[in-house]
Amino acid sequence: MEIHTDVICPFCGTLCDDIEVHVENGRVMEALNACKLGNAKFMSMNKKNRHIVPMVRGEDGFTETTIEDAVERVARMLVDAKKPLLYGWATTECEAQSVGIELAEEVGGVIDSCASVCHGPSVLAIQDVGFPSVTLGEVKNRADLDIYWGSNPMHAHPRHMSRYSRYPRGYFRERGQQDRTVIVIDVRRTDTAGIADKFLQVSPGDDYELVNAFRTLLNGGDIPDEVAGIAKKDIASALELMKTCQFGMLFFGVGLTMSPGKHRNIDNAISLVVDLNKYTKFNLIPMRGHYNVTGFSEVLTWQSGFPFGVDYTRGYPQYNPGETTSVELLSRGEVDAVFVVGSDPAANFPKKAVEHLAKIPSAVIEPHETPTTYLCDLNIPSAIAGIEVEGTAYRMDNVPIRMRKIMDAPAGLYSDREILEMILLKVREIKNGA
Amino acid sequence: MKEIILKVISQPTVGLEAENIAPKVFACKSSMEIAGLPIYEGNRERRLGDFFDVSGEAGEAEAETRIVIEGDVRLTKRIGQGMRAGEIHIKGSAGMHLGSKMRGGKVTVEGDCEAFCFQEMRGGVVHIKGNAGNYLGSATRGNWRGMRGGTITVDGNAGSEIATFMKGGKIHVKGDCASFAGVHMNKGFIVIDGRAERRIGAEMIGGTIVANEVEAMLAGFKPVETVKAPEIESEKFTGNYKKYSGDHADSRAKGTVWVKIQ
Ligand code: SF4
Repeated sequence: MEIHTDVICPFCGTLCDDIEVHVENGRVMEALNACKLGNAKFMSMNKKNRHIVPMVRGEDGFTETTIEDAVERVARMLVDAKKPLLYGWATTECEAQSVGIELAEEVGGVIDSCASVCHGPSVLAIQDVGFPSVTLGEVKNRADLDIYWGSNPMHAHPRHMSRYSRYPRGYFRERGQQDRTVIVIDVRRTDTAGIADKFLQVSPGDDYELVNAFRTLLNGGDIPDEVAGIAKKDIASALELMKTCQFGMLFFGVGLTMSPGKHRNIDNAISLVVDLNKYTKFNLIPMRGHYNVTGFSEVLTWQSGFPFGVDYTRGYPQYNPGETTSVELLSRGEVDAVFVVGSDPAANFPKKAVEHLAKIPSAVIEPHETPTTYLCDLNIPSAIAGIEVEGTAYRMDNVPIRMRKIMDAPAGLYSDREILEMILLKVREIKNGA
Repeated sequence: MKEIILKVISQPTVGLEAENIAPKVFACKSSMEIAGLPIYEGNRERRLGDFFDVSGEAGEAEAETRIVIEGDVRLTKRIGQGMRAGEIHIKGSAGMHLGSKMRGGKVTVEGDCEAFCFQEMRGGVVHIKGNAGNYLGSATRGNWRGMRGGTITVDGNAGSEIATFMKGGKIHVKGDCASFAGVHMNKGFIVIDGRAERRIGAEMIGGTIVANEVEAMLAGFKPVETVKAPEIESEKFTGNYKKYSGDHADSRAKGTVWVKIQ
């Protein structure tokens, strides 16, 4: 039996780096330290009937094809399109993302990640008002107040609280839990709220009003007796905890980024954090979902200057979320081909966007069977990044972590990066008149 | 003033980018030359004449050139981008980024305009006879300096986040306005004759907004006084108005919102 220690869990944005995986005869026997979600990801490696060969849709359903043929089809689809969309990227390694961005530029397409449907608003707000952030290591060692707003880590990032916020002992927080206070702000009493010291139940869609009330009180103003369904005294006492802590953290999730106001909620929340720094040290970290959605923003920013929703149709990068982002492009019918890498838009996008996706030529690189692999005209299975392929991923606090390879992919499977490189090569060949 | 007429032949589904449809570019050109100007259909460079029938005559200078567009150009973006003089008259609905960074001249739209029109405008006169989309007269992404001058009149309704980071000029919406009108506003003047959705003037630190009716005011707005028939920014208003200062979520708040008392 091989024992791999310090394995990185390629599932959620917490990107735990302490998993111990036991492998015997190409089967995962155990994944120690991992939470339920992470464990399920490692254990899924043992599933039978994994697709090894690319499938293409013909007159009568899907038929198998070779990788060479699949690569050529994707390349032609991209070259023929006037405005192709290259979407996904959150569950693959940075090295593959980098090739994908080069491909988008080469074919004059739009490249976008799932950030546009989760934390894109956070990025927009950061661009408007700044980003007072820290790393999770600092949180563990220093934070004595953690706020989770619109985020339920108990279910979405199960080890976040045990590794960084609620429970661990840190350098300045020797007593662990006793040295820390947790506030949860959400529309319902979540399981995370169950282990918090204070819970504020905000009426749905009124997050912006609540941030505004916090800031107004903080700036010495007065507020009505009730704002966003919460009594003034509760708002004031939560604010007092924020002002008097030594090192405060605001973790926010899609409950805040996707509730009405979107990026404006975050913009105002960031300003609240900035204002709190007049009293104490306060910071924020977005609770990024997929394990490498942060990495994509990083890589795209190095290569294009912008973090998501970049339109290369004119040969240079243009960025305008709302115009150059996937859901809007698909809903308006503005793109004429879609290439998905490591994502499942068919399951997550609004109906109108999926309807357009179903109408136009499409292809997907994806190790598993998903609604998207059935919807697309062509699917290419790939090796699983972070388990069968090594590579870099960025944790939610923008710390890069090298993911390790712990087992070989079944023969005949290539990594996302290798497949993308083949497509890029083919695209160049076609464009040069081959 | 001389006139060039563009008659819409077709609008491709991926849309067009047409910053070349502008008085400055057309000035001193024959209709043949104009039909040969590049226009972008996704990643393909095409000719203006592929999508529009061009007739008429352009003026000797930007200020002498009037462009009339006959038909719907909802899918054509960037018309009149950066214009400084001259005129554009669209006898249909207009696409995104119409008149962005405009500094002068006149634009009239008979129909609606899509989102992101007249961003960071600095001067000129605009009249939208239909409805306007989101982000009308706002700042571009990441910029904290929005519209600085000129006037925009919308006969219909306007979308959300109009006039973000406004620094000057005036927007008059005769209908209703979606949420976040004048968010982060700093200077300038917005008048809404209809109803404004909640979060009007959010995070404003300066400037003036007048609304006939509001869905709700944020906690950061403080009632100051009630004034009968006030004169605001040298315009007379009839009826009683409640004056608020805000948005006191921001310590620099010096903005004013006037709401009519029904
Ligand atoms: S918290 Fe996230 S990264 Fe950590 S083990 Fe669970 S799923 Fe994996």
